[in-house]
Amino acid sequence: MEHAVSLFVRSIFADNMIFAFFLGMCSYLAVSKDVKTSLGLGVAVVFVETITLPVNYLLQVHVLDPLGLGYLSFILFIAVIAAIVQLVEMIVEKFSPSLYNSLGIFLPLIAVNCAIMGGSLFMQQRVLLDPENVKAIANIGDAFAFAIGSGLGWLLAIVALAGIREKMEYNDVPKPLQGIGITFITVGLMALAFMCFSGLNI
Amino acid sequence: MALSKKTKEAFLGPLNVNNPVLVQILGICSALAVTVQLKPALVMGISVTIIVAMSNVVVSLIRKSIPSRIRIIIQLVVVAALVTIVSEVLKAFAYDVAMQLSVYLGLIITNCILMGRLEAFAMTNDPLDSLMDGLGNGLGYAWILVAVAFVREFFGSGKLLGYQIIPDSWYVANGGFYENCGMMLMPAMALILVGCIIWAHRAYNDKEAK
Repeated sequence: MEHAVSLFVRSIFADNMIFAFFLGMCSYLAVSKDVKTSLGLGVAVVFVETITLPVNYLLQVHVLDPLGLGYLSFILFIAVIAAIVQLVEMIVEKFSPSLYNSLGIFLPLIAVNCAIMGGSLFMQQRVLLDPENVKAIANIGDAFAFAIGSGLGWLLAIVALAGIREKMEYNDVPKPLQGIGITFITVGLMALAFMCFSGLNI
Repeated sequence: MALSKKTKEAFLGPLNVNNPVLVQILGICSALAVTVQLKPALVMGISVTIIVAMSNVVVSLIRKSIPSRIRIIIQLVVVAALVTIVSEVLKAFAYDVAMQLSVYLGLIITNCILMGRLEAFAMTNDPLDSLMDGLGNGLGYAWILVAVAFVREFFGSGKLLGYQIIPDSWYVANGGFYENCGMMLMPAMALILVGCIIWAHRAYNDKEAK
């Protein structure tokens, strides 16, 4: 249990998907123009990550590893992610049309969000680690903790950037640097700030 | 064989004016993560170029028989199969680089350049144009990677491709005056460098346009 909590906190701060690994950068830069939309996308990412990562964990440990089919993992993981995104989309559409309308456009995009696929690929590396290692994922509980943590870390990062960009609208930025250029530099500075979590030990 | 103007444009456009990283803002994730050293950046650039070109051709060949409702899944499967092949080849012939690239090799599947080009170009154009478009976008991506990795490796560790460039006797430890810039090795500097490249690129192209 203690291990899962530590994994959870680390994956939000020290191993943040955006600032430490640059995963999900494309939609991160494209959608972070205002806080409300980015919150919607962030919630969708947390949701899909929490479902797909444990499913891929079970597949990896109980199907791929015993059969020695590790090289098929890319195709299997992406198929699982695409299928679950489709499924989630249909379920949300049926039971909560209002949520569907607010998330609607983002849900299909999440299938190709690298934060989701990256989470599964990190999980694949981490199941091989020694259980004593703080980064190891030893059971399904750890997989859940890692999934929720990395999803929330992504949510935190995109909402923070959206807040800064809303304020930055009023700043006088050199013309060629406007828009995407200054956003890159802002994210770089935010990543520097997040580095102070890297020594975090729980 | 004379290439038509459109085919040439499909190849040359993405190298500069329509660069996938700088202008279309696609495929940023891996562009930033693998650029600490020059060698993995080169391997990554070449792998992505091959995969974009091949998947563009394959999807372009079968574009007329893909039902549009499930096209995303079909595109993903084509890409995933190609990435699996490339990753197995790398593991066989360049194991240490494959380990350095770690998850980012698998993440080529979700690299937005691939899906973006498949959706925007290969689905509506014939195989030759798609091949050129794939090569152009792949190389456009590769040169950014190499440029960023060059700066980061040279200033961060004084090496290029793993060979020491800055003489040992210059270092403070050996009584010299020089110290490596450790900042360059941090992930954050990749972002700031790409930001600066975008700045220079825009400033230059705006001037050209006027």
